[in-house]
Amino acid sequence: MRRWLLAAGAALALAFGSGTADAQTRTRVTIYTALENEQLAPFKQAIEAAVPGVEVVWVRDSTGVITARILAERENPRADMIMGLAASSLLLFEGMNLLEPYTPAGAEALKPAFRDTTPPVTWTGMDAFLGVICYNTVEGRRANTTAPTSWRDLTRPEFRGRLVMPHPASSGTGYLMVAMWLQMMGEEQGWRFMDALHENMAVYTHSGSAPCVQAARGERVAGISLDMRGARERTQGAPIEVIIPAEGTGWDMEAVSIVRGTRNLDAARRIADWAATRGANELYSRFYAVVAFPGVTNTPPNYPANAEERMFRNDFTWMAQNRERILAEWSRRYESKAAPRN
Amino acid sequence: MSATTVTAAPPRRLLTEERVATGLVGLLCLLLLLAIALPLWALLSKSFLDDQGRFVGLANYARYFATPVLVQSLLNSLFVATLATTIVIPLAFLYAYALTRSRMPAKGLFYALALLPIFAPSLLPALSLVYIFGNQGFLKDLLFGASIYGPIGIVMAQVFYCLPHATMILVAALGLADGRLYEAAKSLGTTRWRMFRTVTLPGAQYGLVSAAVVVFTLVITDFGIAKVIGGQFNVLATDAYKQVVGQQNFAMGAVVGMVLLVPAVLAFFVDRLLRRRQVALLSARAVPYAPQPERRRDLLLLGYCILVGGLVAAVLGVAVWASFIRYWPYNLSFTLANYAFAEFDPDGWQPYLNSLWVAGLTAAIGTPLVFVGAYLLEKTRAVPLGRALAQLLAMLPMAVPGMVLGLGYVFFFNAPWNPLGILYGTVAILALNCLAHFYTVAHITAVTALKQIDGEFEAVSASLQVPFWVTLRRVTVPICLPAILDIAVYLFVNALTTVSAVIFLYGPGTKLASIAIVHMDEAGAIAAAAAMATCIVATAIGVKLLHLLLDAVLFGRAQRWRAR
Amino acid sequence: MTTAFRFEPPAGEMPAAAGRTAAPAFLRVRSLTRRFGSFTALDRIDLEVARGEFVCFLGPSGCGKTTLLRTIAGLDRQDEGSIEIGGRDVSTAPPADRDFGIVFQSYALFPNLTVTDNVGYGLVNRRMPRAAIAARVAELLRLVGLPDQGRKFPVQLSGGQQQRVALARALATSPGLLLLDEPLSALDARVRLHLREEIRALQRRLGVTTIMVTHDQEEALAMADRIVVMNHGVIEQIGTPEEIYRRPASAFVADFVGTMTFFEATAAGPGQVRVGTRGLRVDAGATGFPADGTPLRLGLRPEEVRIRGVTTGDDNAFEALVEDLEFLGPFCRARLSARDAPGFELLADFSANLMRDLDIACGAVLRIALPPGSLRVFPRRDDRGGNGAPA
Ligand SMILES: Nc1ncnc2c1ncn2[C@@H]1O[C@H](COP(=O)(O)OP(=O)(O)O)[C@@H](O)[C@H]1O
Ligand SMILES: [Mg+2]
Repeated sequence: MRRWLLAAGAALALAFGSGTADAQTRTRVTIYTALENEQLAPFKQAIEAAVPGVEVVWVRDSTGVITARILAERENPRADMIMGLAASSLLLFEGMNLLEPYTPAGAEALKPAFRDTTPPVTWTGMDAFLGVICYNTVEGRRANTTAPTSWRDLTRPEFRGRLVMPHPASSGTGYLMVAMWLQMMGEEQGWRFMDALHENMAVYTHSGSAPCVQAARGERVAGISLDMRGARERTQGAPIEVIIPAEGTGWDMEAVSIVRGTRNLDAARRIADWAATRGANELYSRFYAVVAFPGVTNTPPNYPANAEERMFRNDFTWMAQNRERILAEWSRRYESKAAPRN
Repeated sequence: MSATTVTAAPPRRLLTEERVATGLVGLLCLLLLLAIALPLWALLSKSFLDDQGRFVGLANYARYFATPVLVQSLLNSLFVATLATTIVIPLAFLYAYALTRSRMPAKGLFYALALLPIFAPSLLPALSLVYIFGNQGFLKDLLFGASIYGPIGIVMAQVFYCLPHATMILVAALGLADGRLYEAAKSLGTTRWRMFRTVTLPGAQYGLVSAAVVVFTLVITDFGIAKVIGGQFNVLATDAYKQVVGQQNFAMGAVVGMVLLVPAVLAFFVDRLLRRRQVALLSARAVPYAPQPERRRDLLLLGYCILVGGLVAAVLGVAVWASFIRYWPYNLSFTLANYAFAEFDPDGWQPYLNSLWVAGLTAAIGTPLVFVGAYLLEKTRAVPLGRALAQLLAMLPMAVPGMVLGLGYVFFFNAPWNPLGILYGTVAILALNCLAHFYTVAHITAVTALKQIDGEFEAVSASLQVPFWVTLRRVTVPICLPAILDIAVYLFVNALTTVSAVIFLYGPGTKLASIAIVHMDEAGAIAAAAAMATCIVATAIGVKLLHLLLDAVLFGRAQRWRAR
Repeated sequence: MTTAFRFEPPAGEMPAAAGRTAAPAFLRVRSLTRRFGSFTALDRIDLEVARGEFVCFLGPSGCGKTTLLRTIAGLDRQDEGSIEIGGRDVSTAPPADRDFGIVFQSYALFPNLTVTDNVGYGLVNRRMPRAAIAARVAELLRLVGLPDQGRKFPVQLSGGQQQRVALARALATSPGLLLLDEPLSALDARVRLHLREEIRALQRRLGVTTIMVTHDQEEALAMADRIVVMNHGVIEQIGTPEEIYRRPASAFVADFVGTMTFFEATAAGPGQVRVGTRGLRVDAGATGFPADGTPLRLGLRPEEVRIRGVTTGDDNAFEALVEDLEFLGPFCRARLSARDAPGFELLADFSANLMRDLDIACGAVLRIALPPGSLRVFPRRDDRGGNGAPA
């Protein structure tokens, strides 16, 4: 009996201890992020190489989830930093005084659009991502459709039940598309367009890259998705075209911030410094076509050539300020119709 | 034995049996309160608070029932649960009938086949169905244009997932038949159909209702299947997830949790009521029914079992097979690339290792805890009130869906005032949660085993002045070793495959394999998700095989005192 | 803790054969009450047991025998009252501090331990040298007649052998008090008879104070120094087997121990009662006879019915018809009915000899007499006792 208790105690001690075994030697910095899964390993490696004595611990989820989680934890923040989260979300946090003001060393070298120009300076841009259409040509032929060239093409009846896009409440890509349509077409026209689009939509996914993966696998004919995912699936051999309609497309910027109240402020500052370096931006550019540091480009194969010129001029402040209202309206319109579709 | 040989009263000991028992019962109560009662209380109270933590009465509930999309989910949940139950029960009944009332060959094999889904996370059948009936599925045409994403997919996957649970209950119910009734009926020249209606069905009716209740609850509370294959068809469990994880709307999440609790609690009480009646139904004099060989019936039932058992194996097989395919449906070549999890999930293989660790810990700590706990409740007489409380708490998790318990944990362990918050996101809390979630069945197993051994062992030990913990170690544990192994394997396998409770609780670096499946599926990496599911199934089955081996040793020559 | 083992009781310590011993009681139970919810399982039990005595608790199932035994052992806690063992108040002591050995109907042998380990179970915990334990276990096994079964497991033994092992285990620690809860009732009749004698002999040899619970009156009569007859949680009578049989204190005891025919009667003057229309003489007794008209119950043991040499002038003599005969081996039990008072029925036992000599058969008419000294008079209580008297 006593031996059992001892054994149980030892096991318990191990359980608690395992997570903190090497924590004594290195500072654990918990970073909330919406970066794509495959990026996290190289980012962690690069940060830990550049900032000695730091151990990066990722908490990764889609943009909406991370945003909601930080809002929910605002009384008792568990993140030290935020990295690779949509600027529109960070603006929201700035307005709620959740971020620690900090200007990374060398941030002035970045493209102006990627800098927080209104004090307090709480975020620093990393890269931009935009929404594209992944169109499966094999399945398109089978369904007798042609590749869409404008957003309105997606409302054609041939696409009925064959489209997929990310859920704007959970996915950053989803929200930036909705925000873009509303800004581009005006609110009334924008909602009407989405009403028609909704008729064709098979499913709203949790993540921003899933729609392109689904289109690539032929599970859907077309998916509105993240630009880089489109290029990557195509490169891997999926029969898809990555399309940016002529009217332009929505985009958002991913940025880095320090959470107010972190116990690892010093380490967080050094990581933020790294995030604004050329080296860091070269890393970003392995995954993103558009990054903050001027002159760093690395357009991946199969990336739509016209991407940068087709980026819709975006009002981040508007996106941040209207986020809650738009999401509520979206949910009211499209979530209550829960009838299954194919 | 004269006056001179009678020894004086033993010296006062510090560690009297009563004190030790009292202390241990107190400890058990404390642990169960922490692991079960307080999280549920946190959930309940949260549902009456607003975002700011102010008491708002039933406002959250009012808002819930005023939100059509949420109410629709409730209806959806009831709909799929009813449909799945209606399909599973006859399927399982005939299967169990074949296993208990025929002389068909290879019954053991077919029983094992029906139990296979237990070793898989519920996500697995959903993944397989995407490959089979998805828009690129190889049997897509069988759906005649209907979509697998939605109620059809949910119900199909649930049938697979619930089949073993229903089959186990019905095999037990049909196995209890009283052969004398059949002999009496036969001697009266009763027709076969009439015998079935008047003897077989009434004999199994409690088993049937019990199985239906269990299946209904399983479907209502399952999260994984609806998550993977539900499409836009929302159900309660996915709502809870969306509210809490997706929108961090804890108050509404708590309300959904409470709504989720209702059918589960109802089912729990219906089941208990029935069980109590069933005991009275069985006479101790019953003669076990031994079916006579009958070629036509046996062949028909064999064919049925081959079909159903084969389908179960096939669904499992599809996921395994898909995990080795390079790029469905365009490139079907063999690859191991889907097992390079680092390509799909930042934690790579770590979630699998975490799962092993959590499952191992749950079994390693849970088994002695559950067993000693059951022993204290069953065999000691200290602190009757404490033991009654512990007994109540031990039975509670049965009525609490994993999703609900998980939510309770979020609210309780993540509360700013709670010093136990340091556990949040650790392997320890995941193991604690798994243990709490699966406590009841393990507890009942232990209690059943303890009830079967002589109730006077403790009295004898006391008369011999041997403290109860010595008897526990020297006698009770060795006797109950098979049950203890059962408990360990049960805890391990369930902790390995569960997703609903832990989805809210993992932290940085402690993601579990089942959660990785959800995430990879969310990101569209369905082949990698299938690969991870395959790893879980393989591990769970491996552990079960090891268990069977150990059991064979236990009942073999090594322990000849065990008269079976 | 030092333990000396001695099997032979010192001279002069043998118990008195019957009756209350003058020596101070070894076990003293005072006003013991045990309730289960609103149900009173033991109602103010008072009892004294002398050192070395063999006492049986006898009574129908559910009357509280086991509860009393377990309360004495401390396995169950009384609600009121006190218990003293060997001059020490153990009312609140845990079982381990009460110095008793116990044997259950189910044997409660540890199935995973060998016979040797079972018997030595209580010794191992006392830090005795291993050799001493082995010697003690061997001695005990010899004592219960199982000298070479030590290596076997309980499942390999017969029921009787298992019960002997249980007995050896209970005696291993030389307890001052041996408690036996229906130790024989799971055994078949032959083994039961045999073991009953062995237990009694062993108890005599060891002189260990013993309490045995049984619901078998024959067992109690054969084994006990004194019998405690219980019913509904109260003690009906305490006495030697002979006292209990010959002078039952109540109709219940009379009925439970042995067989008795009961008649509903009313008092009709000193030494006179009326059963239906018939008047019967009974022993008036030393104390005053109940007033006329008091409802009574008369009891008569079947073997007390006189048949040889009965004349018309004898007390309570009349003619009876043999209605029915039940063959019971050495004797027959007859159901008789009075010729002149229809409905007046009674049982009578006739030895085989008598049957032959008097040529008794069904339908025969006999002259019988009911000796006044054998007719027991009980007050009539409606709630218990009696197998229903013929009207
Ligand atoms: N633990 C208990 N709870 C409730 N009632 C009990 C309990 N133990 C015994 N009883 C009741 O007390 C009465 C006496 O029981 P017991 O002493 O076992 O009788 P017996 O004379 O057959 O040994 C019975 O009516 C029994 O039902
Ligand atoms: Mg009893």
